[in-house]
Amino acid sequence: MSEQNNLEGRADGDRREFLKTGAAITGAALAPGVLLYGVAHSRAPEQPASAEVRWGMLIDTAKCGDGCSDCVTACNTENGLSGKTGPQDTQYIRKLDIKDLRNGRVHSLPMLCQHCEHPPCVDVCPTGASMKRADGIVLVDRHICIGCRYCMMACPYKARSFAHEPITDQNPEVPRGKGCVESCTFCVQRVDREELPACVEACEANGHQAMLFGDLMDPQSAISQALKSQPSTEVRADLGLNTGVRYQGI
Amino acid sequence: MANDTCFNQQTCKPGLFWTLLGLGGIVVLGMLYAFFTLEHHGHVLTGMDNQIVWGLPHVFAVFLIVAASGVLNVASIGSVFGKQIYKARAPLSGMLALAMLAGGLAVLVLDLGRPDRLIVAMTYYNFKSIFAWNMIFYNGFFAIVGLYLITLMDRKLKAYSKPIGFIAFLWRLGLTTATGSIFGFLVARAGYNSAMMAPMFIIMSFAYGLAVFLVVQTAMYKWNNLSLDERILSRMKNLLGVFIAASLYFTVVFHLTNLYFAKQWEFERFILLEGGVYTALFWLGQIVIGGLVPLALLYSPGARQSIGTVMVAALLVIIGGIAQMYVTIVGGQAFPLDLFPGYAESSSFHDGVVHAYAPTIYEFLLGFGGIGVAFVLTVAAVRAFKFLPQDDFKTLEAEEA
Repeated sequence: MSEQNNLEGRADGDRREFLKTGAAITGAALAPGVLLYGVAHSRAPEQPASAEVRWGMLIDTAKCGDGCSDCVTACNTENGLSGKTGPQDTQYIRKLDIKDLRNGRVHSLPMLCQHCEHPPCVDVCPTGASMKRADGIVLVDRHICIGCRYCMMACPYKARSFAHEPITDQNPEVPRGKGCVESCTFCVQRVDREELPACVEACEANGHQAMLFGDLMDPQSAISQALKSQPSTEVRADLGLNTGVRYQGI
Repeated sequence: MANDTCFNQQTCKPGLFWTLLGLGGIVVLGMLYAFFTLEHHGHVLTGMDNQIVWGLPHVFAVFLIVAASGVLNVASIGSVFGKQIYKARAPLSGMLALAMLAGGLAVLVLDLGRPDRLIVAMTYYNFKSIFAWNMIFYNGFFAIVGLYLITLMDRKLKAYSKPIGFIAFLWRLGLTTATGSIFGFLVARAGYNSAMMAPMFIIMSFAYGLAVFLVVQTAMYKWNNLSLDERILSRMKNLLGVFIAASLYFTVVFHLTNLYFAKQWEFERFILLEGGVYTALFWLGQIVIGGLVPLALLYSPGARQSIGTVMVAALLVIIGGIAQMYVTIVGGQAFPLDLFPGYAESSSFHDGVVHAYAPTIYEFLLGFGGIGVAFVLTVAAVRAFKFLPQDDFKTLEAEEA
């Protein structure tokens, strides 16, 4: 009997040891994933975008170089755009020069899709091709866009273009197509790989640091900290769209 | 077979029928040529761009759609409000409504960037989009007005024409409200974003639809060497006069409300004073040719005896209507978006400048093709079915007494 107890005691000890080891191994395997998710929002391709995140951009016009168009060039390269600026050519991002009519003060700033919380383009799209991802990125589903251009009529920022002619030499990651509407995607393919949008990366690379990209929902992110510490402007704030892109220095 | 059936003609004129069908057919072929060319090469061949995204095809399409709902008004006055002379015209009115809506929709569909995805437009609905609601209204209009036509033209089903006519009347009000709201719901653009758009489109549809009806009716009477009774002509011309006056009133109120808001002044200055072709089309096209001149003609002393005067007035209303659509649709986009009020703006994407628009042959072919589709359908319908108004003068006299 006592031998049996001893045996059972040994078995209990082994079981405890086994569970401890198992838990440690499982923990070690899972922890980096959990930690990474918390820090950098990484997710597997099959996982949907999370509503816990809202991607946003802060543009400091004081740092934006007058005459610099590195962000535009980087965007064109990343998205396979021609870079031509005719009235029928696609532009995802453009340098906008504005001059205060009262005092003559000038600013130069990049203008792109503002990735609104309440995007008018999404509201008006008849088929639902214009859509907002859970993480706030506004996109066009090229499979169901019928090319009616109503979203272009509705966008307050003139951020959208219509593909007027057949497209060749595409970046496979950024499929485009004649007859569909397109606009800035925050380089969603890069963001999903935890990279910065091409324009932001180019702006950082040339040392201007005028564009800050990050998670607006994360109070510790650089963009949230910057928005908290300095005043910023929402373009056409009167429309109440709660844009994901904000400006400083205007 | 068509050579033997000519319900709406006292003497068969097959030559005239085939000539008209042929002429309409050529215009429709032109539209198809434009469609296939654009389908292959893209909209790069048109004058439309990233600034003027809706151009001449949309001017014709929206005019046809608005006039289609308006032309049904003739039937509604008969079925819903029980007026005898309009009852006699209800079948022609319903048929014209279907033909014009088909013409307008043909333009819209063939101008799409991806017309091959029409099935997507019919199967994916974003119910927050007024454009999606329009598609439901268009499809429903075909079904309801089609049914209404059957009840009007089949003796056994005549009793149902009143309730279905009432539904058709409500449906057409919904349809034009939705069409006006396509523009009214564009919050960002100075030229649109107005609750006035929907009622203004409804009242304009009354005028455009009745004008189209009068032109078609006059042509049908002329081919049959018939003359329209003076009392009927007098009533219809007075009604057109009321609709034109009401359209002018709504136009004035629309611009007055804009003038009341300081942020809209620049847009009003553009349309009313400094907009070049848009200002000219507004004052000369929409107001003078489409409003004041027809009003003066319709209320001139000899107008009640002169079908010619009424016909000219109706044609001027149609021309004015197309001018109004051009000012509303193209003019509203030509005026630049103001991203930073109080700032001058410039960029490689044509910010801050009034956008130029020069339609190419393809836009004209698409636009006129819409009229061609409506025309061909009308010619074929009046050949195959009995659409010539049959007036019952005894009832008319009793109604007058």
